[in-house]
Amino acid sequence: MLKTARGLSAWLLGFAVLLASHWTLAEETAQLKFNMTRGVTPVSQDIHGLHMLMFWWCVGIGVVVFGVMFVSMFLHRKSRGVKPANFHESTWLELTWTAIPFAILILMGIPASKSLIELYDTSESEVDVLITGYQWRWKYEILGEDVSFFSNLSTPRDEIDGFAEKNPNYLLEVDEPLVLPVGKKVRFIVTANDVIHNWWVPDFGVKRDAIPGFTNESWAIIEEPGVYRGQCAELCGKDHGFMPIVVEAKTQEEYRAWLDEKKAAAAALAELTEKTFTFDELYAKGEEVYNRSCAACHQANGEGVPGAFPSLKQGITVGPIKEHIDVVVNGVNGTAMQAFGEQLSEVDIAAVVTYERNAWGNNMGDLAQPLDIYNHKQGK
Amino acid sequence: MAHGPAKGITRWLYTTNHKDIGSMYLWFSFAMFFLGGIFALVIRAELFQPGLQIVDPNFFNQMTTMHGLVMVFGAVMPAFVGLANWMIPMQIGAPDMALPRMNNWSFWILPFAFAMLSSTLFMEGGAPNFGWTFYAPLSTTYAPPSVTFFIFAVHIMGASSIMGAINIIATIVNMRAPGMTYMKMPLFVWTWLITAFLLIAVMPVLAGVVTMMLMDIHFGTSFFDAAGGGDPVLFQHIFWFFGHPEVYIMILPAFGIVSAIIPTFARKPLFGYSSMVYATAAIAFLSFVVWAHHMFTVGLPIAGELFFMWATMLIAVPTGVKVFNWVATMFKGAMTFETPMLFSIAFVILFTIGGFSGLMLAIAPADFQYHDTYFVVAHFHYVLVPGAIFSITAGVYYWLPKWCGNMYNETMGKVHFWLAFIGLNVTFFPMHFSGLAGMPRRIPDYNMMFADWNMISSVGAFLFGAAQVMFLYNVIATIVGGKKATAEVWENPEGLEWTVPSPAPYHTFSEPPEFKSSH
Ligand code: HEC
Ligand code: HEM
Ligand SMILES: [Cu+2]
Ligand SMILES: [Cu+2]
Repeated sequence: MLKTARGLSAWLLGFAVLLASHWTLAEETAQLKFNMTRGVTPVSQDIHGLHMLMFWWCVGIGVVVFGVMFVSMFLHRKSRGVKPANFHESTWLELTWTAIPFAILILMGIPASKSLIELYDTSESEVDVLITGYQWRWKYEILGEDVSFFSNLSTPRDEIDGFAEKNPNYLLEVDEPLVLPVGKKVRFIVTANDVIHNWWVPDFGVKRDAIPGFTNESWAIIEEPGVYRGQCAELCGKDHGFMPIVVEAKTQEEYRAWLDEKKAAAAALAELTEKTFTFDELYAKGEEVYNRSCAACHQANGEGVPGAFPSLKQGITVGPIKEHIDVVVNGVNGTAMQAFGEQLSEVDIAAVVTYERNAWGNNMGDLAQPLDIYNHKQGK
Repeated sequence: MAHGPAKGITRWLYTTNHKDIGSMYLWFSFAMFFLGGIFALVIRAELFQPGLQIVDPNFFNQMTTMHGLVMVFGAVMPAFVGLANWMIPMQIGAPDMALPRMNNWSFWILPFAFAMLSSTLFMEGGAPNFGWTFYAPLSTTYAPPSVTFFIFAVHIMGASSIMGAINIIATIVNMRAPGMTYMKMPLFVWTWLITAFLLIAVMPVLAGVVTMMLMDIHFGTSFFDAAGGGDPVLFQHIFWFFGHPEVYIMILPAFGIVSAIIPTFARKPLFGYSSMVYATAAIAFLSFVVWAHHMFTVGLPIAGELFFMWATMLIAVPTGVKVFNWVATMFKGAMTFETPMLFSIAFVILFTIGGFSGLMLAIAPADFQYHDTYFVVAHFHYVLVPGAIFSITAGVYYWLPKWCGNMYNETMGKVHFWLAFIGLNVTFFPMHFSGLAGMPRRIPDYNMMFADWNMISSVGAFLFGAAQVMFLYNVIATIVGGKKATAEVWENPEGLEWTVPSPAPYHTFSEPPEFKSSH
């Protein structure tokens, strides 16, 4: 046993040194986190309080239970020449250690129930955001404001593959963040388009499953301006680890300005639908759209993944252009191929179709204009 | 009846002997433990540092899925059935299992199930990649074609488990030695009896849910497809109605093993035998009414959330009773610390730590932060690895001398223990931190703020893996040779298994033994 005890203490010491060295290291980089965030909303702060309360309860119980165990492992060893006792029952003892935990649980459960009721109260919101999970990006719609957009991972591929140095927001950055006003009650209405996703921002204490065909609600009052990052928290397929969430909390004025900017951009895009592009313009734009929206499945080289995602070097992409446009606009029901008609603008779809027909040795030589896409959507 | 085993391969193919079948179950489980361990090490190697280095994300998902499935259905469950086969007849004084031919069948279909499951790794589109929880519609509409093979593999595993459970119940109910009333049965027998009822209750539910998937995939139904009037959340309710009892299936027999070992090495009878039995029954009952604690974020009505939160917390009471009973058994004993005892003590401590994080997860509002993060991965590994795996290991060291007649190498056993103990804690303790810091589970790549914890975890995982190779070596060396064990093996252990010689003869208790209990 002495040997055991020595082993144990050596281990504890080793682990402590390891931790200590990591914590000093952490102070240098101010990066290492090991506890739940307090967050910036009433709910997240409530949750943090509950978490710490539970933690200390567990530490307390642990000290008592493990304390008795260690004392007995030390004192009641055969090598110390003790004679074993023979007791094996005690009704009052057994009743006590049923009743005390029961009482503790009630003490834990009451504040938890209160928080839960608060967490569920999504009434009287001032801003409503409809959030839709797609494989593998988020769509945000500010209800009543006619603002709607997609938010994609923006970390460069080279950083993921180790060819470039990773930036501090590696995998936690997007092309278009959601902007929300501080101090207002925001309601999140969460749903999904394909599989189940989960919209999680730790600093808000908001984590809600996004379920296709159903909606869930949650809320937040963001108390401090800032940039808050989160991730999808439900396995949703291949790129589940690559669909982050970024929310920028701003003042009411900045928020309004952002809304106006978004609306102006949408109007400008609509105008572009009328424009006629050159082949080179479409091809260049198409490559960009393809890598952002399609390469995850069909791969950058267009060859797809056998058995899962088809190669685009054969089939419809080198067949009639109308069918090609149709697949991209309407998707293929019941497969991972989504209807991109509502996700991408007419310009983007025209560009990506053009690109696919002429990239990787595909040599169709034809192109699609935004107006063709528009007409296709109108059923012409 | 005085004949020995048949010769050659047919001995194993045709055997109806509970000891042979028990050994086959145990070896099978050992093989699966290494297979699942290799998958885990692929995961940990990829997560050693940020960036994608070794595998692509789709293969990573196949690894997590296969690791979970192989560990749960291939390593833990067959190991417990193997121990049941060996020990239940010997502990109750029965000559064999009640239904020996079915026993053979329930083992032999397992290798086919796992061959089928493993073969999906080589199929077009790859192996199942939707997590061991296989939530629809990711596992239906969006699944790789191999999902059909997965479904059939699950069916076969389920059939095997149900047959095993029926056999165990029939044996325990009908074949106890004269004088062994229910309240005198060893706790391993009791916990297995209750586990067997859990299995019979929930394996058909699992079979049902995979059949519904099969219908959705191939026959145009829409059980789990909202577009056709179905509901993806229905899948989760059915799955977890199976899944939560399933986690108790993986832990109740462990309670039984530890309840046998601690008294032996504390040289003192088990404290609170009857409260152990009632606590086991209470846990089993409660395990049917807590399933939705895995679904706190799916949008249950508030009344549902409150119910499942309180019911879950309630499970802590009978579980606590068990832990207190083990501590009280050790208290004022005269303890020695042979390898089985070391594993059992580690079981009590680390399982309790897993219980603490479980209690935290039960707090529904807090679960909104913990859910689907590495905190959950830490929690369930603290209950599964020191819970199920350590108890199985303890049981193997404890009964191995009885099975093969030789003592294992105690020094190597202790080294195995310490390496496994350190490896496990270095692997899984930091996962609490990465989870609380915000790292979701089932992701192949992560931000640098999680890097330190992940690197420590990966180092620990390889240490843990290496320790298991030592275990394998020790077991083989013991079977091949070693110091001869006495019939009792340990100092005054309690139970009928210690009244027969070591190694236990091929047929034991052809005549029912006289059973006298000490409590
Ligand atoms: C989530 C994965 C995924 C993404 C992202 C995706 N696709 Fe697909 N795509 C598929 C699958 C799966 C199919 C096969 C559908 C079927 O079974 O017919 C497919 C089929 C196609 C086809 C038809 C191929 C053929 O010859 O039948 C085209 C064209 C296509 N996709 C274009 C695109 C474009 C353009 C984008 C990006 C805007 C894109 N896909 C993004 C999964 C995806
Ligand atoms: C060598 C020891 C082990 C190591 C290093 C290990 C490691 C891991 C890792 C890294 C994950 C992935 C977590 C994620 O990405 O979400 C995981 C998942 C899992 N492990 Fe283990 N594990 C070990 C042993 C076990 C054992 C013994 C069991 C069961 C008894 C088990 C059951 C599971 C389950 C059920 C999952 C969830 C799979 C899923 O997400 O679908 N593990 N493990
Ligand atoms: Cu996801
Ligand atoms: Cu559960």
